[in-house]
Amino acid sequence: MNDFSATSAPVSSELFVSISKKYAGGFKLDVSLTASPGITILFGSSGAGKTTLLDCIAGLASPDSGKIAVSQKVFFDKNINVPLRERGVGCVFQDLALFPHLTVEKNIQYGLAHLSSQERVRRCDTILESFGIANLRTRKPRQISGGEQHRVALARALVTNPRVLLLDEPLAALDAITKSKIIRDLRVWNHEQRIPILYVTHSREEVFALGERVLALEQGQILADGTPHEVMNAPLQETVAQLAGFENVFSSMVVHTNVERGTMSCRLEGTEVELETPLVRAKSGSNLRIGIRAGDILLATVLPQGLSARNILPGKIMALNQRDMIVVARVNCGVEMEVHLTLAARDTLGLHTGQDVWLVIKTHSCHLMTG
Amino acid sequence: MDWQAFWLTTRLAVLVGAILAAIAMPIAYWIAYSRWRWKFLVEAVVALPIVLPPTVLGFYVLVALGGRSPLGRWWQSLTGHTLAFTFEGLVIGSVIYSLPFAVQPFAASFAGVDRRLILASSTLGASALRTFFRVIVPLSMPGLIAGVALSFAHTMGEFGVVLMVGGNIPGVTRTVSIDIYDQTQALNYAGANTTALLLLFLSFTMLALVYGLNRRAGTTWPWKHS
Repeated sequence: MNDFSATSAPVSSELFVSISKKYAGGFKLDVSLTASPGITILFGSSGAGKTTLLDCIAGLASPDSGKIAVSQKVFFDKNINVPLRERGVGCVFQDLALFPHLTVEKNIQYGLAHLSSQERVRRCDTILESFGIANLRTRKPRQISGGEQHRVALARALVTNPRVLLLDEPLAALDAITKSKIIRDLRVWNHEQRIPILYVTHSREEVFALGERVLALEQGQILADGTPHEVMNAPLQETVAQLAGFENVFSSMVVHTNVERGTMSCRLEGTEVELETPLVRAKSGSNLRIGIRAGDILLATVLPQGLSARNILPGKIMALNQRDMIVVARVNCGVEMEVHLTLAARDTLGLHTGQDVWLVIKTHSCHLMTG
Repeated sequence: MDWQAFWLTTRLAVLVGAILAAIAMPIAYWIAYSRWRWKFLVEAVVALPIVLPPTVLGFYVLVALGGRSPLGRWWQSLTGHTLAFTFEGLVIGSVIYSLPFAVQPFAASFAGVDRRLILASSTLGASALRTFFRVIVPLSMPGLIAGVALSFAHTMGEFGVVLMVGGNIPGVTRTVSIDIYDQTQALNYAGANTTALLLLFLSFTMLALVYGLNRRAGTTWPWKHS
């Protein structure tokens, strides 16, 4: 595809970061990670600390303590703080920061000042070709499209053969087709170069499109680490608004997590009742709220067997009320749950107040949110 | 029309413009990017010539250049004469007098350069000096042109400092504005008018050029544009 490996020694390096940084507002970044060559995705909501982490690696901010290194080259340690211009870190941030007064060609050559002019031109031509922007070389940034600007920004960072590449939502402003084409070019390039690429995003689609490995960052900490499938199939923690429509909302504590199976156990507050729930990015001992729709709960009059559902709770019907065409049952099973039934179900099962029943709740009917 | 005075004034203005372009840039860079808490004091000192009466400034410059000051004595030991009432003295006085007219537009345009571009330059391995000349200066061009043009025009028309420091020596320190003053004193209104008109025309052309070049940067005082 291109001849980078032929023109420069292939870099094979590993990024090591173990830092902490406290902010006056109480936010604390506390992160340890190792990124091998290839794309590592940093996924998290805004304010999770993604950008702060990138700033520390690039040298735009300094951690309070810890160590940052790429292979043998230490960027930050107790007595070391390499200035950003000597780190050899390629950065493409959302605003791109192309030099508006320079042509595409001059933008790309900007980081090559230490090379001879022939070598500069050769490297620039190669990367212009491989990113499909050779026809733009004499244009100014404002004269080209958004997608083209992103290609130029990537090319400008990559042409310097950086030790590590940091991408902070570099494609957030682009449509899906342009985005996937650029990602393809980036992959092709990295197939040759094999450097660690940290790719920050808050888009699930991008995570699956890129996915070699995902780190989920929340509140300054890495809560999950794995393939996109492992990390992302645990549903996102829901917001208060999303949980507002749930008839049953309980406070609970995470008892243990089962990362391999994508599940965890939560004990409902003030009870011995434990529910198996989908895995979310939460640690054992942390507090979560569980929302369960009344219509998602099955009610059985005998202990059900051979079911796939993982949560089967014994309880007693405390009240049965008909509301329009549904029957609202209140069942005490350590906590009181609201269960919605059809009229036919009530009549067929001959349900009555005081009856002993079992409630059946599927793992994925348990929706989780923090606090 | 005293062409000798006119030629002298032009030489003075070009020289002052050139010197200011060189020395105002580092001062403006420092003012734009320093985080020193007492920076405002330096800004105030640089701006002083705008508000001081030219005679006050001229007086101190004259004292500083004269045979009793260390600077004056040092110059005298080098050249055999003092700086007062010489062309060189005039240049020094004019540079100080026009300093804010260069530093302020320079600093405003440096500070207006997108910080992310400066950081991008650093991540691409550029030194502070390279970033300055390749990114900051090109993107500050309207402010730099305005600063040089304003100090040039300002020097062309200055009177008080010149009179205090230089006196009125034809071919040495007699500038256009002093010539106009002399002609008016001698009741030669026609002569004064010709010279005054020329100065008026020149100043207007200069300012029109500055504003014309800065049109895209927004209409405001050239030294305040961002």
